[in-house]
Amino acid sequence: MKEKLVLVGNGMAGVRTLEELLKLTPEDYQITVFGEEPYGNYNRIMLSPVLAGDKTIDEIMLNDEQWYEDNNIKLHKGKKVVDIDRVNRKVIADDGTEEEYDRLLLATGSKPFIIPVPGNDLDGVISFRDIHDVDLMMDASKKHKHAVVIGGGLLGLEAANGLMLQGMSVTVVHLMDTLMERQLDKPAAAMLKKSLEEKGLHFLMGAQTEAIIGKDRVEKVRFKDGSEIYADLVVMAVGIRPNFELAEKVGIHCERGIVVNDTMQTFDPRVYAVGECVQHRGQTYGLVAPLFEMGKVCANHFAKLGIGRYEGSVTSTKLKVTGIDLFSAGDFTGDENSEDLVFQDAARGVYRKLVVKDNKILGTVMYGDTIDGTWYFDLMRDETDITDFRENILFGQAHLGDSGHGDDNRIAQMSDSAEICGCNGVCKGDIVNAITEKKLFTLDDVRAHTKASSSCGSCTALVESLLAHTVGGDYSTAPHLKPMCGCTEHTHDEVRASIKAQELKSVPAVMDAMNWKTGGCSKCRPALNYYLLCQWPDKYKDDSQSRFINERAHANIQKDATYSVIPRMWGGGTTPEELRKIADVAEKFNVKTVHVTGGQRIALYGLKKEELPVIWGELNEAGMVSGHAYGKALRTVKTCVGKEWCRFGTQDSTHMGIELEKMTWGSWTPHKFKMAASGCPRNCAEATIKDFGVVCVDSGYELHVGGNGGIKVRATDLLCTVKTEEEVLEYCAAFMQIYREGAHYMERTAPWIERVGLTYVKERLLDDPEGRKAAAERFLFAQKFAQDDPWEERAKGAEAHEFTPIKKIG
Amino acid sequence: MSENWIEVGNLNEIPALGARIVETQDGNIAVFRTKDDEVFAVRDKCPHKGGPLSQGIVSGKKVACPLHDWKINLDSGEAVAPDEGCAATFPVKMDGDKILLSLTPNEGCPNS
Ligand SMILES: Cc1cc2nc3c(=O)[nH]c(=O)nc-3n(C[C@H](O)[C@H](O)[C@H](O)COP(=O)(O)OP(=O)(O)OC[C@H]3O[C@@H](n4cnc5c(N)ncnc54)[C@H](O)[C@@H]3O)c2cc1C
Ligand code: SF4
Ligand code: SF4
Ligand code: FES
Repeated sequence: MKEKLVLVGNGMAGVRTLEELLKLTPEDYQITVFGEEPYGNYNRIMLSPVLAGDKTIDEIMLNDEQWYEDNNIKLHKGKKVVDIDRVNRKVIADDGTEEEYDRLLLATGSKPFIIPVPGNDLDGVISFRDIHDVDLMMDASKKHKHAVVIGGGLLGLEAANGLMLQGMSVTVVHLMDTLMERQLDKPAAAMLKKSLEEKGLHFLMGAQTEAIIGKDRVEKVRFKDGSEIYADLVVMAVGIRPNFELAEKVGIHCERGIVVNDTMQTFDPRVYAVGECVQHRGQTYGLVAPLFEMGKVCANHFAKLGIGRYEGSVTSTKLKVTGIDLFSAGDFTGDENSEDLVFQDAARGVYRKLVVKDNKILGTVMYGDTIDGTWYFDLMRDETDITDFRENILFGQAHLGDSGHGDDNRIAQMSDSAEICGCNGVCKGDIVNAITEKKLFTLDDVRAHTKASSSCGSCTALVESLLAHTVGGDYSTAPHLKPMCGCTEHTHDEVRASIKAQELKSVPAVMDAMNWKTGGCSKCRPALNYYLLCQWPDKYKDDSQSRFINERAHANIQKDATYSVIPRMWGGGTTPEELRKIADVAEKFNVKTVHVTGGQRIALYGLKKEELPVIWGELNEAGMVSGHAYGKALRTVKTCVGKEWCRFGTQDSTHMGIELEKMTWGSWTPHKFKMAASGCPRNCAEATIKDFGVVCVDSGYELHVGGNGGIKVRATDLLCTVKTEEEVLEYCAAFMQIYREGAHYMERTAPWIERVGLTYVKERLLDDPEGRKAAAERFLFAQKFAQDDPWEERAKGAEAHEFTPIKKIG
Repeated sequence: MSENWIEVGNLNEIPALGARIVETQDGNIAVFRTKDDEVFAVRDKCPHKGGPLSQGIVSGKKVACPLHDWKINLDSGEAVAPDEGCAATFPVKMDGDKILLSLTPNEGCPNS
């Protein structure tokens, strides 16, 4: 017999929890849902656009009745649960319907707060919470002229804007003297008020409502100071109160909401609660992002996976009024110990404030241009140290060297045909359509459906902004700590820590010890293989089936399933003998294309997989080994001819480069790793866009780190200047090792340094000479096991199954 | 239906979570082996842009195409949603450790 799960409250948090549960275990429960409202589940957030005439009710349905049927969920719509018999474990609805449960989920949302003044029950006095309210407002706007909205917060302003667009003359009455005082500081609030006035709204600030007057229907609103205004419709939007009436009635512990622990369990262990009705660690929430996080955790426990805890959320706010861009998050007022960083351009209507303490962002308010909102929000949640880019931070992420997508990309103004994801050729229109038609909520959903930002990821921020812009709210907000992939709840860092602490030595051992939900996927298995290799260089046996084909076949797969190979040319130098051999091989094997690469190597294209071992054997004869051009590994060290030939040269950059390459070849890294050495600051080898770059100067060697060509160009940061070649080698080995040990798989040095901060890298390498030496030694130890030419092994017959068909027929 | 079974090799010749190719006159067929030693045969051609599925990473009963990372179900040949498309599958059976393959594709997916 399946266990019975009953959900009370057919709203956003409850149904989201069911969706998460069905994803995990579609079959475990027999599910029943009670909803007071007579519909399926709809997107409450979108009531504002419906009121503004931008959307219809049909468009905002998330789960229609068919969905319940398809998933074998019994839906009691239009029925309010009025009692729970906790002894016999059943719920009772107002029409007498009863349902038994093994587990019960309460998701009763909240109720609008109605201010206790005379006349608050007159006809034409309503709140703004559900479809019914929107119907009433639409109806009133057809028959009446004057609307008064009480409350100048998010909800009030969205209601006011909608009513105005429906043709009413609207006055917003607010108790405080600034709008949205819980989200905005004074300057931003003033800018907002000005823009809304220009759109045609009227405001009465500092006005306290005393009574609502009328015979049957509302006629006037009177204030404390005795003044009155006409009103045919009054919308109360002064706040919400968690709806825990039912829970309290049946004796479940409630304070300001239904009290739950980190697994969303109430004081009755069979009863769980999620959504606006709960109080968790003393907090209640009124935005969807935290409710969705709760839903995920709760589903996890229903599925008896027993992992996942909800630890509270940091939220951010946007206002869904077309033409107004506003973003607010965290503590935006600060205290005597915090500092404000402010940027204001009144003419352009742009305002940004960051509240910073100990070089970490506490909160932000943005007005007029909010494209960097998600970025600031991430920095805030991750408590990133901003020392290294503090002087530019107010100008936005685009000013940190992102030349891929420049400053001119203003999401809202972009045309539908503007390309957002260059890798997969996805334009704005495609993404917006997918979000609206397929009702997507998260970045991952958008990735799955459109492929946008699923490849190189450089457009992630744009896609997130687009998501936020299209659906409003802070839907796109990814969970604070991102799990490695869908197979686990653990983050990269947690996995690495466990591998070390619990001495896990194989991919299955990690999955076992850390409760993997599946046998792994093509995302996590390569990552685990790398982490294990990095941790246990001498003991770990590489799992070639967990490697991407290029690393398994030691060549690069091309679009027609042929391969390319690139032999190593130390420091970019070669010899007549090598060139002759390459020419011979190219002729003998009918190589279609011979190409000189950006890393000073020669590539042979169009090779058949079966022939690779033979080709490698021939290249080996002339002393050439694998160039690892296919791996998340040390790729190339590019050099210029330096002081040996060049009249500007200051040091022997070629020799330096060769020494670096001899030391580092064969090492596996979280992502590809490139180096260069230039003989003077003219920098002909382009050392300042490499992961590790050396620029020779008269007095020695400048060491540069964290550069990146490719999709998102980033120039290096200067680490330090050293005097001798030996020091260059030691710093290089140590840098590579802390990157190998600290970065997430598939994270290049550039984003890694932006994540951990240059200061951290300097602390490890400059301030701690012992630590640096130890890291360099760990690197060299690992190299002992890595520096075997994989081509030679395979030319001699290793891994033959990889290169030959199992059978040829006909 | 009478199948024409051809012996193509031994189970231990395919790495677990891996694949080998059978070359035929009508193109390659990829023979996969899962972690639990189940064997599947699929046309070695991704429904997206023809990528060689045999070269992908196998997880569970799916393979990730090496070219653009579509996931293909090994049992049905269907791409995992939201991607759409399918690669032909072929009957395989085991005779002890011997793998027997039929070159007549299963019905359902176009065999091209
Ligand atoms: C106009 C508007 C705009 C908003 N905009 C945003 C935004 O931009 N961003 C954002 O993050 N959030 C926004 N919100 C808030 C967001 O909609 C809520 O946080 C979210 O809907 C709360 O989800 P919930 O499941 O807790 O409650 P609800 O979605 O309210 O669901 C609760 C359901 O339970 C039902 N119910 C209650 N008691 C019973 C009972 N005893 N028996 C049966 N059924 C019962 C109710 O009828 C209701 O349908 C907005 C809200 C509104 C009203
Ligand atoms: S970087 Fe300097 S030393 Fe090297 S080739 Fe250019 S000018 Fe000459
Ligand atoms: S080689 Fe690089 S730049 Fe050229 S098409 Fe391929 S991925 Fe793009
Ligand atoms: S060819 Fe297989 S995913 Fe593109």
